[in-house]
Amino acid sequence: MPEVLKAPLVVEFPFTRSLGPVQSAFLTGLRERVVLGVRTTDGRTLVPPVEYDPVTAEEIRDLVEVATTGTVTTWAWNHEPRRGQPLGTPFAWVLVRLDGADTALLHALDAPGPDTVHTGMRVRVRWAADRAGAITDIACFEPYDGDPARPAGHSGRFEDPVTGIVAPARLDYTYSPGRAQSAYITALSDRRTVGERCPSCRKVYVPPRGACPTCGVPTAEQVEVGPRGTVTTFCIVNIKARNLDIEVPYVYAHIALDGADLALHGRIGGIPYDQVRMGLRVEPVWTEGARYPDHYRPTGEPDGDYDTYRELL
Amino acid sequence: MTRQASAGIRDIAVVAFAQTGHRRTSDDLSEVEMLMPVLHEVLDRTGLKTSDIGFTCSGSSDYLAGRAFSFTLALDGVGAWPPISESHVEMDGAWALYEAWTKLLTGDADTALVYAYGKSSPGPLRDVLTRQLDPYYVAPLWPDSVALAALQAQALIDAGDTDEAALAAIAARSRSDATANPHAQLRGPIPHGEPLVRPLRTGDCPPVGDGAAAVILAAGERARELCARPAWIRGVDHRIEAHSLGVRDLTDSPSARLAAERAGAFERPVDTAELHAPFTSQEVVLRKALKLGDHVRVNPSGGALAANPVMAAGLVRVGEAAARIHRGESDRALAHATSGPCLQQNLVAVLEGDPR
Repeated sequence: MPEVLKAPLVVEFPFTRSLGPVQSAFLTGLRERVVLGVRTTDGRTLVPPVEYDPVTAEEIRDLVEVATTGTVTTWAWNHEPRRGQPLGTPFAWVLVRLDGADTALLHALDAPGPDTVHTGMRVRVRWAADRAGAITDIACFEPYDGDPARPAGHSGRFEDPVTGIVAPARLDYTYSPGRAQSAYITALSDRRTVGERCPSCRKVYVPPRGACPTCGVPTAEQVEVGPRGTVTTFCIVNIKARNLDIEVPYVYAHIALDGADLALHGRIGGIPYDQVRMGLRVEPVWTEGARYPDHYRPTGEPDGDYDTYRELL
Repeated sequence: MTRQASAGIRDIAVVAFAQTGHRRTSDDLSEVEMLMPVLHEVLDRTGLKTSDIGFTCSGSSDYLAGRAFSFTLALDGVGAWPPISESHVEMDGAWALYEAWTKLLTGDADTALVYAYGKSSPGPLRDVLTRQLDPYYVAPLWPDSVALAALQAQALIDAGDTDEAALAAIAARSRSDATANPHAQLRGPIPHGEPLVRPLRTGDCPPVGDGAAAVILAAGERARELCARPAWIRGVDHRIEAHSLGVRDLTDSPSARLAAERAGAFERPVDTAELHAPFTSQEVVLRKALKLGDHVRVNPSGGALAANPVMAAGLVRVGEAAARIHRGESDRALAHATSGPCLQQNLVAVLEGDPR
């Protein structure tokens, strides 16, 4: 059995989200160093504020400013901060009930060590230097032993409210393709295409994924297929893909390699795009150092008969 | 669907259960390669073939391994041709079981295959789980799953509901019980370890690993044909709490209690409970919310502290509870599954064996 293949895989995307009126006011407030809550019909003040009452589901819009000082309701000491967390040095995660609020806000508390943190301790907001209308406009909380801050009674209406956030997300994985695909990729490095045969229906899958999707049984018998094959169907691509240096129009095709019972897909080159046809016989074109064929080109053989590939469409 | 509404309509049972050995990593296998032996094992237990199954439902999350549409590839292991009646939930497999149970209650199908799998090893699980949080106010802070559980643990300690010694005892009992569970990832005496996010130590946290599980449900006489002692589902219910942690009382679980009540758990005592409590402190919350007395055998499998294949660990609880009924080791068992931070969402199923 070949060694397990592994490769780094980064999944990264900016989530762009629009805000409801309450969220917009809250995050705009943070930009302006104002903390807003929302009042429920039974008189509780929720911070952070939400668009709908979590108990009654009523739409709530009654914004009220609360203090930037508050009380820790529970905490946890994080001695090894992870990527993206509010502070790079050890800190306490805290739920803080701000003065004037009935619920607690999750954030970080900058404190020298776990012995200095306790439930019930008084804290205040430390504002970020650069604020854009996001929860991270609060840099963190810090210990505070003064009087409760007095909110100024802000209406919650702003000149230039933020209407959306862009939240970047990145996760780093180590991808491993598993047994069947590892064998396929290893064979490709020798410019061989190796599929696997289902022991039940005898179909040869290329690329193999370890299971016959029709029969639900493992495939294990390795079968070398190709290198030549037949175009079963195709499309003409007229839109240039980002980061892809291929002149349009070009042809992308399903290709049934000789001996395979499943068509794989690839680009067709070496022939004008408007002359590609179903049944065209093709072979792979490798470039130096490549891990897979760059494209497929005509072999010059007579076209395959429709009946030879009709089951593979 | 509540127990009351279902009573007298159709009796549905868990008739077979199978699971992988849960491992720290399974990088030699793709998802379908990991899952397929479990599907074959659970079908073999009943003698059923895929084509005999009326409905198939699965639970998984592409975020775990970072593989888009992994659940469609996993379906290759079922053998879905001719086309089968199938559904998927982006949740723990216990919720897939709930969907399958309701499907059988309608009479549309007599048997169901439910499976779940999770590969946590390819990604940074603690960070991956932050992506399920409120994207406006919470996720941008990247509070990891251990940190949130630690906030709950501290709240319990502050309330006098537990202390670090009691939490360590839960960890030790779970991994001691797991010595009898060949599928467990962590078993026997394990050092309670250093603080991970204080007050939680490594021993208070579940192992990170990969695994899969599957059960078969059958209705009425079909269940008796397929299993000597079916585990009859007397009720299932699931409830969710507000997503904002600061709105909730973290020392209690009203959603678990309500789900248990609606599933009929409080009508008569259970002898066994399989609780999906990935962190020691969460067992404290659940024991209180579910009113489990000292006579109840809690997590004889070792629970999620012994093996926590994310997305499958809740279905494993239902499977383990059912398997004890199959083996005659329990007459009435409660199975619990959770989802989200700090026990945000909870499912409770009540299972019974025929009188002996």
